[in-house]
Amino acid sequence: MSDVEEIVADLHRREWAAVLAATVRVARDLDLAEESVQEAYVQALERWPRDGIPDNPAGWLVTAARRRVLDAIRRAEVARAKLPLLLESEMSGGHDRLSLVFTCCHPALAREAQIALTLRLVCGVSTGDIARAFLVSEPTMAARVTRAKKKIAAARIPFRVPAGADLPERLDAVLSVIHLLYTTGHTAPTGEHLRRIDLSEQAVILARMLRELMPDEPEVRGLLALFLVLEARSATRTDAAGRLLRLEEQDRTRWNMALVDEGRALILEGLRPGRYLLQAAIAALHAEAPSYEETDWPQIVTLYDALLVAWPSPVVALNRAVAVSMADGPAAALRDVEALESDARLAGYRYLPAIKADLLRRLGRRDEAVTAYEAALALTENAAERTFLSDRLGTLR
Amino acid sequence: MTQYAILVYQPAPADPADLPKEEMDAHIAQEDLIKKMGGQIVAAFGLHPTTMATSIKGDVVTDGPFIEAKEVIAGFYILEARDLDHAIEMARTNPATWHAGVEIRPLFGE
Repeated sequence: MSDVEEIVADLHRREWAAVLAATVRVARDLDLAEESVQEAYVQALERWPRDGIPDNPAGWLVTAARRRVLDAIRRAEVARAKLPLLLESEMSGGHDRLSLVFTCCHPALAREAQIALTLRLVCGVSTGDIARAFLVSEPTMAARVTRAKKKIAAARIPFRVPAGADLPERLDAVLSVIHLLYTTGHTAPTGEHLRRIDLSEQAVILARMLRELMPDEPEVRGLLALFLVLEARSATRTDAAGRLLRLEEQDRTRWNMALVDEGRALILEGLRPGRYLLQAAIAALHAEAPSYEETDWPQIVTLYDALLVAWPSPVVALNRAVAVSMADGPAAALRDVEALESDARLAGYRYLPAIKADLLRRLGRRDEAVTAYEAALALTENAAERTFLSDRLGTLR
Repeated sequence: MTQYAILVYQPAPADPADLPKEEMDAHIAQEDLIKKMGGQIVAAFGLHPTTMATSIKGDVVTDGPFIEAKEVIAGFYILEARDLDHAIEMARTNPATWHAGVEIRPLFGE
């Protein structure tokens, strides 16, 4: 592929939705907009080798597409839009792309239609590729897309981001479509085809786009995080012969931990709401556990991680260490506690030596445990606590 | 503004005499409610129960509704709305949705 072809292909991958959405606004007709954008990309392939790559390639494409739209309208070949779109006041940029996504996933369209339309209009996948991915003929898929566009025009489905009260339900519909794309991509059979688009890849692209456009929506974050963590394992899902591997059989060294980290960051960001809510969650896990040992310690550690973000206090870190000692063992916790000893804010805080003592005791390091208990006693005034510490000390002497 | 037909469904045979008072009151209140929501009922019609209907299939004339179903059309009205979302917002307030439902169908022509 030549340089220009590579650049245009890349622009097709990254900017299709934005260019289409911007053109839709002028065309007020989905079919006309789509054709014009398609032709603009073709024009780019013809002109750019000759004239050079423009400084703002996406902008060039939008201008080219819009010009074709206006020509078509002026030529009165399209005296009246075939599939007119209901547009509201002038808005631009991310809003247009979001409007496009929400329109494609409107509940008035059948689920199959939502999926086909989203792949075609938002992801820019060709009708043929969509057909092959869903194992139907190209004419069948083309008819499905056309019917959906007709419904949008006939029923006057508005081109906009739904208003406040409707948003949660409508967003949930969008997320379902994207999630369905991902899971279909996952279990799609491998086979011989000229070229098959990776539905999971498109789903991840959509999830990233949604995250960019709606950064404050928790479930948008959640969906992307889910995809990233699942994608991290994709290399090990089957063995060399194509046989499906179970989770316990997968080679974890081949998991993409960078994706897991990215997913984890999103999850924790989503848990940020309130230190009180997080403390309540931790307390609830304790309250629900049938026994101390059966408490969901790993989950508690995760919640403490989130709590530390909301409330970066060394005391929280210390409490976290106690949970770590139950989830990962006293040795791991001791490392965390020792790291906290250098935190000046904990000087004189009696629970630090007390917890350290307990960990050392559990590790069988008697003499060090004794020292730590004595240090704790020196800082403790409360009678009940003193008795507790003395008793512990007694068992070690 | 666009015009839609709202087809109102009730459990067969859709006899208005079967409607409890609150449901009937809610139907009567629809016109004002829809006006408040920014739309308009252009025309509204209530139908006699399907027991009063006569159907013609091809050449054959029969007693009763065209399709035997558990839920049948009880009435319809022409609704003026900005767009489909607006139509949905208003149509879903119809008390028919308590036990059956409504269908929103765009009309041809501007």
